[in-house]
Amino acid sequence: MSSLSGAAAIAGIGATEFSKDSGRSELRLACEAVLAAIADAGLKPSDVDGMVTFTADTNAEIHVARNTGMGDLTFFSRVPHGGGAACGTVQQAALAVATGVADVVVCYRAFNERSGVRYGLGQADRPVETGADSAAYAWLNPFGLSTPAQWVAMFARRYMHEYGATSEDFGRVAVVDRRHAANNPAAWFYQRPITLEDHQASRWIAEPLHLLDCCQETDGGQALVVVSAERARDLPHPPALILGAAQGSGDDQHMMTSYYRPRITGIPEMGLVGRQLYAQSGLGPADMDAAILYDHFTPLVLPQLEELGFCAPGEAKDFVAEGNLELGGRLPFNTHGGQLGEAYLHGMNGIAEAVRLVRGTSVNQPEGVRNVIVTAGTGVPTSGLVLGADR
Amino acid sequence: MTAYEDFAGREIVPPREGPDPVNVPMIRHWAEAMGDRNPVYLHDDAARATGRPGIVAPASMTQAWTMRGYAPAPGTGGTGAEELNALLEKDGFTSVVATDSEFEFHRELVVGDRVSVREVVESISPEKSTALGVGRFVTTVRTYTDQDGEVVAVQRWRLLRFRPENQAPKALRPRPAINRDNAFWFEAAREHRLVIQRCAGCGTLRHPPGPCCPHCGSFEWDTAEASGRGQVYSFVVAHHPRHPAFEYPLIVAVVELDEGTRLITNLVGVEPGEVEIGMPVVLDWLDADPDLSLPVFRPQEND
Repeated sequence: MSSLSGAAAIAGIGATEFSKDSGRSELRLACEAVLAAIADAGLKPSDVDGMVTFTADTNAEIHVARNTGMGDLTFFSRVPHGGGAACGTVQQAALAVATGVADVVVCYRAFNERSGVRYGLGQADRPVETGADSAAYAWLNPFGLSTPAQWVAMFARRYMHEYGATSEDFGRVAVVDRRHAANNPAAWFYQRPITLEDHQASRWIAEPLHLLDCCQETDGGQALVVVSAERARDLPHPPALILGAAQGSGDDQHMMTSYYRPRITGIPEMGLVGRQLYAQSGLGPADMDAAILYDHFTPLVLPQLEELGFCAPGEAKDFVAEGNLELGGRLPFNTHGGQLGEAYLHGMNGIAEAVRLVRGTSVNQPEGVRNVIVTAGTGVPTSGLVLGADR
Repeated sequence: MTAYEDFAGREIVPPREGPDPVNVPMIRHWAEAMGDRNPVYLHDDAARATGRPGIVAPASMTQAWTMRGYAPAPGTGGTGAEELNALLEKDGFTSVVATDSEFEFHRELVVGDRVSVREVVESISPEKSTALGVGRFVTTVRTYTDQDGEVVAVQRWRLLRFRPENQAPKALRPRPAINRDNAFWFEAAREHRLVIQRCAGCGTLRHPPGPCCPHCGSFEWDTAEASGRGQVYSFVVAHHPRHPAFEYPLIVAVVELDEGTRLITNLVGVEPGEVEIGMPVVLDWLDADPDLSLPVFRPQEND
């Protein structure tokens, strides 16, 4: 008997009418169906903490969650391959519920397949895509706000204003990354450290971001193998146990532009991830011996330190300036050089470095590392891990 | 019959003699410029050795003997040529490129010959789409004669007279993806009205808009018109990369309206170095192009 068997059930169902021309957006159809299913289950939108849909769906989880007032999500997943995804969405939900990463998961699919994009007409002459993800850019692109650096710069400026942080405070993050990359033969910036003066002298990309606040762009690949802990103990390397693994999508979540929340100096979805990681692992910030924090742009490293409990809100600039991220510091950081220094592989190379830290094989190995916290992208619905040495 | 068809067979340049007789200095300049070292163009002896009476002009130089000077006097083109030109310009075919020149030579020109040319329209094509733009091919026949009226060469000459494509039109701002959930906002903007979606159930304002109220779950909504006053909540000064629709440095701001919602916008009438968070701003309108009007903000004037 699998531990999944009998661990989860379907408690509510809901749908819109079925027509040939709904007269409504696909997002609205998704919201209507999801709310109907939640009501059928006798629950409220705020009870939902997980969502699963098809990769083919145009209604990303964040749009449905934001519109229906679900608030925080700790599990969101997509299943590929068109109609083949249907039962797979329920499997994802059952896995999430059975393992406790979510309590209430909604599976959904909504489209205007007859009045909108008809699959039966084939792929030629596709109309302009106007799904919710594309429409979200309608508020940005016509104003020239179209690059990740620009999106992050908007948060950075407000963070500086509220907390008195400066461009140099961001620059110190880049200097640490590049110092660590300088020792890493696999890093693009091997043997090429920078100074704070270099950072300050680098050209503007999107004020307040200099060039050296921005990660490189990389061609490459990274893969990871996950097995049971028991099996891992029989394999050649010391296991890097997954002590915590969490997703987070915050209230009023947008893609890179969650500028409409009461405050934008924090990263609520990262706080949500951190709280789950600590709860799952039974560990806390004080137990973390190193950190691999997502660093596509330096400014968003600072609020990560705050959200994950390494310092209080607004104090990350001092935490960094005091040298805590250095090899001899309280929380050695991005020992591979980060995405600024080693490679930009959407954070996957950072997970590999966390494994090396647990194994004790990093090129910048600090002493006595047992537990490492790893984060994924900031500004977007995100995720995190706590990896630990076998006890 | 169009006006263009009237020109077929018409003489547009009556016989006109070139300004200078065939002469050695012009031949020498031509041969040097062309890198043509054939001695029959430069040395009498060499020319005679080939059975010619003396120096001859290169055949390819025929057209040169009848060319007008750099600053031709008005009217020297002949009234037919001027009429045709006026007709082409009226239709916007202001640009010209020569496409064909076919020569038939009857005898070599020798020093002292006086060359005249007469030009007759052979045909004018219907409008054609070309890589350069829409235009008409104008084919004429030029007949070159000597001082005795004998034909020395005939040239079939073809020009494309075309309407130049607009010179690199300014790039348009990126198009918003318009759908059923956001169309109302962009339609209002075209009328220079800044609206905020308002839940018909609980009255909560929301921006960016969406189909469902996250507070009460209502799908019913209307709009409120914004006062147009607000303050800078945060801002970015974009430098790189550059999109051709914008001028840089470009100020993009999040403005918090007095009504409480925020929106992404551009700041105008202010230098990047003068912008501050908290700065009071007022609504202005940018008609970016005929299909796109956008709310922008400028610093509030102090009374």
